[in-house]
Amino acid sequence: MKAAAFEVHNPATLDAALAAAAQGARIFAGGQSLGPMLNLRVARPATLAPVARLPELNGASEDAGYVTLGAAVTHAAIEDGRTPDLSGGILRRIASGVAYRAVRNRGTIGGSLCHADPAADWVTTLTALRARVVIAGRDGRREQTVEHFVRGAYQVALAPGEIVCAVRIPKSGVAARFGYCKFCRKPGEFAHAMAAVLIEGPRRRAAIGATGGAPLALEDDAVSSEGLRRAGLEGLALAMQSAALARALGETETRV
Amino acid sequence: MGSACGVGASVERKEDDRYLRGRGRFVGDLKSAGMWEMAFVRSPLAHARIRAIIKPAGYENSVFVREDLVGVGAIVANSSLPGFKSAPQHPLAHEKVRHVGEAVAACLAATRAEAEDLAEQVELDLEELPAVHDMLQAREPDAPRVHDLWPDNVVLETRVAGDVDSVSSRATVTVRRRLRTARQCMSPMEGRGVLAEWDMRLEQLNLHTSTQMPHIVRSGLAEVLGWPQEQIRVVAPDVGGGFGYKGILLPEEIVAAYLARRLGRPIRWVEDRREQLAGNANCREHDYDITAYADANGHLLGLDCEAHVDAGAYSIYPFSACLEAAQVASILPGPYRMEAYRCRTWSMATNKPGIVPYRGVARAGVCYALESVMDDLAHALGIDPVELRLRNLPGPEQMPFINITNKYFDSGDYPECLRRAVAALDASRAQPDPDKRRGVGVSIFCEQAAHGTSVYHGWGIPMVPGHEQAAARMTPDGGLEIRVGIQSHGQGLETTLAQVAHQILGLPLERIRVVHGDTGVTPYSTGTWGSRCMVMAGGAVAAACHELVPRLRRIGAHLMQAPEDQAVVEGGFVRAGGAELPLSEIARTWYRAPQNLPADVSGAGLEVVAGYRAKRDTGTFSYAAHAVVVEVDLQTGDVRLVDYAICEDGGVLVNPMIVDGQVIGGVAQGIGTALYEEMPFDVFGQPGATTLADYILPGATEIPTLRISHMETPSPLTEFGQKGIGEGGAIGPPAAIACAVNDALRSLGARVDRLPITPARVLAALAEAAQ
Repeated sequence: MKAAAFEVHNPATLDAALAAAAQGARIFAGGQSLGPMLNLRVARPATLAPVARLPELNGASEDAGYVTLGAAVTHAAIEDGRTPDLSGGILRRIASGVAYRAVRNRGTIGGSLCHADPAADWVTTLTALRARVVIAGRDGRREQTVEHFVRGAYQVALAPGEIVCAVRIPKSGVAARFGYCKFCRKPGEFAHAMAAVLIEGPRRRAAIGATGGAPLALEDDAVSSEGLRRAGLEGLALAMQSAALARALGETETRV
Repeated sequence: MGSACGVGASVERKEDDRYLRGRGRFVGDLKSAGMWEMAFVRSPLAHARIRAIIKPAGYENSVFVREDLVGVGAIVANSSLPGFKSAPQHPLAHEKVRHVGEAVAACLAATRAEAEDLAEQVELDLEELPAVHDMLQAREPDAPRVHDLWPDNVVLETRVAGDVDSVSSRATVTVRRRLRTARQCMSPMEGRGVLAEWDMRLEQLNLHTSTQMPHIVRSGLAEVLGWPQEQIRVVAPDVGGGFGYKGILLPEEIVAAYLARRLGRPIRWVEDRREQLAGNANCREHDYDITAYADANGHLLGLDCEAHVDAGAYSIYPFSACLEAAQVASILPGPYRMEAYRCRTWSMATNKPGIVPYRGVARAGVCYALESVMDDLAHALGIDPVELRLRNLPGPEQMPFINITNKYFDSGDYPECLRRAVAALDASRAQPDPDKRRGVGVSIFCEQAAHGTSVYHGWGIPMVPGHEQAAARMTPDGGLEIRVGIQSHGQGLETTLAQVAHQILGLPLERIRVVHGDTGVTPYSTGTWGSRCMVMAGGAVAAACHELVPRLRRIGAHLMQAPEDQAVVEGGFVRAGGAELPLSEIARTWYRAPQNLPADVSGAGLEVVAGYRAKRDTGTFSYAAHAVVVEVDLQTGDVRLVDYAICEDGGVLVNPMIVDGQVIGGVAQGIGTALYEEMPFDVFGQPGATTLADYILPGATEIPTLRISHMETPSPLTEFGQKGIGEGGAIGPPAAIACAVNDALRSLGARVDRLPITPARVLAALAEAAQ
């Protein structure tokens, strides 16, 4: 199918993009989800505002506490090590598992978060990593944790006129360990189960994705099959998510 | 046999240069001045009565419904088999819609996007009817009727009435299985596409269409449109894969052809994946209730089966709606010997797209059903599954072997084929991990190919293959043009047919051009289907080249002043005694220096149309054995293919590299059938996997390295001993993989009886076994 007619307003700056967004333009980053939605006519915006090339959204930096990635940084840029990473190449590893390379070349970390597909890699892993999103609006900037930003399947806490401009990922302590496991039968298939685990000393944190809603965030003792059961999972979903969690936990024992 | 590029040589494919450089020309690449793009309004419901179709105001001349197609008939693909019920299909829905995706109205605009805008504005007033969503539900007495005038939903019931009762009492073991295969969506890389233009000068329709059988499309168009065939030229440009998906007459072709003539504008329709998936899941859906009987030594006494095939709503031209199910009854015994065989099949009409033969027609399902019970017999008797199969295969000393359904296996050594595949396997059963189980599975099957008149006329369908013809013409500068009515869309026939011509005339491959897929310039052919081209078109090209030989020899001997009976054609020359003359010189003489020809030279010249028919036209029987090791993840239900070995006997291989490519591609599709591909339909007849995010096709990462070995037992029936092998790769994997998965699960008491074997089905089977 071909998209219904729409206008394109090409903003040159973040301010111009914010102005366009305030007038109802749909923000278009890598287009790896919105593109197919346009073609299937599931999304029918009157106006698109492409932001992938805005300099304000393409930076990447790090300081003592955080790795900060511009929202329009592509999965491929992270995969290729062109951006700062957490210790152990965690981000690089996550990025390399997003769909397949053609998608990674254009798809962006911010776009993925805003689309909030429950089976998306970043939505789940950044929840586990306690990442924060930086959101620009006409009145300035605000920050929110990914956990609170993602409200449900394809639902995020973004007010009309707001744009996600960066993701800040806290650097964990030296002793921290991270594990990630997703089950899909082929690259690019939507995952059937996924679990990301962060262990910092005695504290354990996990995010369970591919649930049909926002990732399930679990802490400490709840990071277990029993925790999943208490969270309401049952049947096939419980079996597969338990297996994903067990493997993510297993990975924390062998990797940084 | 042959030179460095003749029969038997793995020469690189001539067509790859343009394909790999992006220079192929597909329907999607063709544009014509003033062309309109066409989009269809398609039924959103599986079963409904059409109360009204309301065109958007102002666009009455851009939107067309059934009543607008004046003088256009319905597609009729009947079979003359007794009891067959006709299910004609109107090119645009008439009175009722019978499956989701059925074309209801055609919309024209300058671009496809605008045509889709128009399609959105067409209002359908439909009265929804209960859907026939499942083939077994369709048989229930109170099931809704797909076709109002039919007494039930049975397209055709067939029966092979063997005396199984007489052997069942002697059986030491009896095993019975209920098995299901999923409805699939054939997925060539290029979808369908049509560009129709009416040539006012020639008063001729020029139809470019992505098809496997241009001549059959022409015949079908003529019948439905009521136009004489000489007013229709069908051209298949580059075609990006077929597999059966493009071996039929399309409603879209009819609508485009009609509107192009009526409106005087070129009209193009290019299918998108949404249309393909939502409206054309049209193959493979079988249901088996199969019982096998064996004696204490594992000898197969009898086979008894009731099978249903979900045939969908319409009979598809030129194959009928009953072909697949009738085929099941005819081929279920596979390669095995047995004393008695009984089978009843039902082709069931449902509110789904009409069934179309897909690579390995019916054989993938049949092989899966048969090999599943062979494994059960082996385990019931405590005999190794491979050994049990070996005890029931015909030996080489029995060739030619006529099986219980009168199939004539022309040659081969079936037991040796199975032994080689198993020996090639790295069948380490070491359990790698407590959460995983390994299993081994094998399958062996035969592939009837290049069926001739005697096989097909009995179906009474609009297509019966006879002599296959080829034209061969020397050009004035010594090149050779071969023209054939088949179509090559991945098989590499531009290369292999040139190899055949080279084998006989010795001209360099680069000077041999194979022209195909164009009714305007090629002899009639039923086209590319049933793994027939290398045998039939290959035989025809050989026949045409053989006919050129005496003509070349006659002129060459005259020019060299040598006795004609001493002259031979070889290596691109006519040679006599110590003298030789290149064929280019003979061609030059015929066309451009006729004063030098012998006075009594035949006027037939250097252009030939010759026909070929096999010595016995019941088809070649290639066969293959597949052996696989799988690893089942007990926690996730995932199945990984650890090792995969194949032994294939395709007779003499014209181009072994291309044969391997055919096998690999087929196996990839077979793995799709086994593990991934499924179009679920809900009780309303709605398809559940309408994007490629939901309909899972295997990709390169899901295909293990395949270890392929060949036996080359020449067929005694064909020109070079070649056998058709285009489909075999797709037949064996579901059976071998299912047997391997169930082998892995056996110690846990679990079994999966349905394809594809998804993680959910594995986990469900494990959960059931645990209870």
